[in-house]
Amino acid sequence: MLKVLKNRLEQGYRTAKYPKQPITLYERFRGLPEVNRNCYVEIIRRCADACPQAAINSETGQIDLGRCVFCGFCETLSEGEFVRFSQDFELAAAARDDLVTYGDLPRLAEHSHKHFKKLFGRSLQLRQISAGGCNACEADINVLNTPFFDLSRFGIQYVASPRHADGIHVTGPISKNMRQAVLTTYAAVPSPKVVIASGACAISGGPFYGSDEIVGDLNQLIPVDLYIPGCPPHPLTTLHALLNYFK
Amino acid sequence: MVELLPIKNNELILRSDIPDLKFDDFRKALLDFTGEAGQTGQIVQFFAYPDQGDLKLLAVLRSDKLYVASCDAPAKFTSLTAESEKFNLFEREMAEQYGLEPEGHPWLKMVRYHANYTGRPDIFGNDYSSAIPGNYPYFKVDGEVVHEVAVGPVHAGIIEPGHFRFQCLGERVLNLEIQHGYQHRGVEKLLQTVPFKRLPILAETIAGDTTTAHALCQAQALESLIGLEVDAGSSRVRVIALELERIANHIGDLGAMSLDVAFAPPAAYFGRIRGEYLNLSQIVSGNRFGRGLIRPGGVTKVIGPEQRELLVAKFAKLTPEVEHVNDLIFSAPSVLARFENTGTVSHADAVKLGLVGYVGRACGLPYDSRITFPTEIYGELPANSNHVTDGDVCSRAVVRREEIMHSISLINTLLAKPESAGSYLPARLKLAPSAMVVSLNEGWRGETSHCLLTDAAGQILRYKVKDPSFHNWPGLALALRDEGISDFPICNKSFNLSYCGFDL
Ligand code: SF4
Ligand code: SF4
Repeated sequence: MLKVLKNRLEQGYRTAKYPKQPITLYERFRGLPEVNRNCYVEIIRRCADACPQAAINSETGQIDLGRCVFCGFCETLSEGEFVRFSQDFELAAAARDDLVTYGDLPRLAEHSHKHFKKLFGRSLQLRQISAGGCNACEADINVLNTPFFDLSRFGIQYVASPRHADGIHVTGPISKNMRQAVLTTYAAVPSPKVVIASGACAISGGPFYGSDEIVGDLNQLIPVDLYIPGCPPHPLTTLHALLNYFK
Repeated sequence: MVELLPIKNNELILRSDIPDLKFDDFRKALLDFTGEAGQTGQIVQFFAYPDQGDLKLLAVLRSDKLYVASCDAPAKFTSLTAESEKFNLFEREMAEQYGLEPEGHPWLKMVRYHANYTGRPDIFGNDYSSAIPGNYPYFKVDGEVVHEVAVGPVHAGIIEPGHFRFQCLGERVLNLEIQHGYQHRGVEKLLQTVPFKRLPILAETIAGDTTTAHALCQAQALESLIGLEVDAGSSRVRVIALELERIANHIGDLGAMSLDVAFAPPAAYFGRIRGEYLNLSQIVSGNRFGRGLIRPGGVTKVIGPEQRELLVAKFAKLTPEVEHVNDLIFSAPSVLARFENTGTVSHADAVKLGLVGYVGRACGLPYDSRITFPTEIYGELPANSNHVTDGDVCSRAVVRREEIMHSISLINTLLAKPESAGSYLPARLKLAPSAMVVSLNEGWRGETSHCLLTDAAGQILRYKVKDPSFHNWPGLALALRDEGISDFPICNKSFNLSYCGFDL
């Protein structure tokens, strides 16, 4: 018993003040890219050629955050000339096209469906479906339940049964072998329901794009309401997305 | 005895130097090496690959050395699994990938449920138009009081998909059958066909929680094939990254195990502390899972004075907390009562299945590839040893606790001495033609291995990945025999195997 108390005292209170107070991530963290619109087209082309995810438009220089895995290679290759990754982790978008960007994402809070805020603003229950990714996405969603993030204080919970859920939160490129399970789970959620695609995989196939063992894009199966980019999205990226889209 | 070729970890081998045996001699050599007499002989890799229109088999075996041999693959051959369990999943995998038939295999079942690569008739009679598991009846136990529990693929928590079938007598589990394949996304096929620039991204996402170990295997294998040297400073960064990965995962799991036996405080503490270690990975690499750090030729980021200072300070703060929370878990009688004698795998069974990593070490198989086949600078670092080896949940927990402390001391040692890493040169260089290399690293779950074969033009002909989970999932099924079904969560968590690493 004494040990329980001693540990409790040592651990103290650890919950982050975000979103009331901003959090600064370490400078090496790669968040929202800031594309240099005046970059020489040769440099853009070199970066576009070298990008493992084919995420860079070689004409416009826009980066598709739905494909990008934030490996940082384009920044290194161009020595920051084409793009610099900021530590801004607020990356989510309500429309797929918005993810193709110079780094000027529209404000998420103003683009959500008003009726979602009304329906789910005070209480949101989500069923997470993991469908063919690498499991890092799931790991960093799970983390939201640790004391630092303490997701439930916002009235948001991940539940076991789709019947108890207001929507699904999908990760992974939808392997063929999970296609049916995704559809069945979606069908089991009562309407109105929301669909969240999380991570490069669920948005575009991610690192596995082009594989014939995957569907590759959740939108091909069910209409997606909210996109959370990253590989995986930082827990704060997810938290920001949920709070701004639903609150 | 037929000669197998002794090789070294990450050694560049010309394919023409690999002994090319007749199938019968190959079969006998493998069985001799792994059988009763050679108890310690285990399989690192055993797979089929195409070679100028034909198929061949290749095996990499280990005792305290590594060996390789190959043979022509007969379309049908006498199963090795019939004589040794060690071959079970490997034979099923080659049947599924290349349509080869191991005749007399006692349980020839698909592994991941996908069409084979060759266009040969499907061994399992599937046309893959129906959903997994297709044309396959699950193992069934008959009897009036026997009941079946089916769980998954979508589980209750935020975890990966997989299907578990329990045959139970009341609460007692008679048999657990584990069906994978839901995470199959065609990783090996991609690795064999995509442009070079995509390889590191794929390696890092074979199993997200094992990003560093898989990235390391690939980088080292490619470095051998290209002929790249890695400087000592980069090697240190790699080792620090791999040990950070080990610490974070073990800590998260110990917390979760505590929660599974209803002792909540350590779960909250370790849940947060795991995050602190992930954040340290982010300080080094820019990503909580170490993505973007390891590339063929070196590392993309150095640990400079600033990062070193941050790491040292955080370690000084976290180490006592880790010790205290561990002490809290392991001195709670209610925890130990649930951990001890639960989910036991005997030493003999562990040998038979070839279990690796902390699961193997908890059964008294001391194998640690950091020690037996050291890469990077592991040869200069002290080994760990484990003394609680009863094969139960408790042993697995204790081994993990010891490994956390060992990894912390390794990182402290490495941080004590500053060394700058050379900058890394991102370039596509030519791979050696008609060559082979096998790479082994001790990921946090155990022996992680990539094996690459190139063709005469220096293109990747076959890229074989093996996550330690491939060895250990059958261990979990065995641990559940005769256990109460309510002990499944704690057994499962004590193994914590990868679905995506298995499914590829
Ligand atoms: S950071 Fe994104 S855009 Fe840049 S190279 Fe990597 S995947 Fe491509
Ligand atoms: S998006 Fe990236 S982190 Fe998420 S599942 Fe896919 S590969 Fe893993």
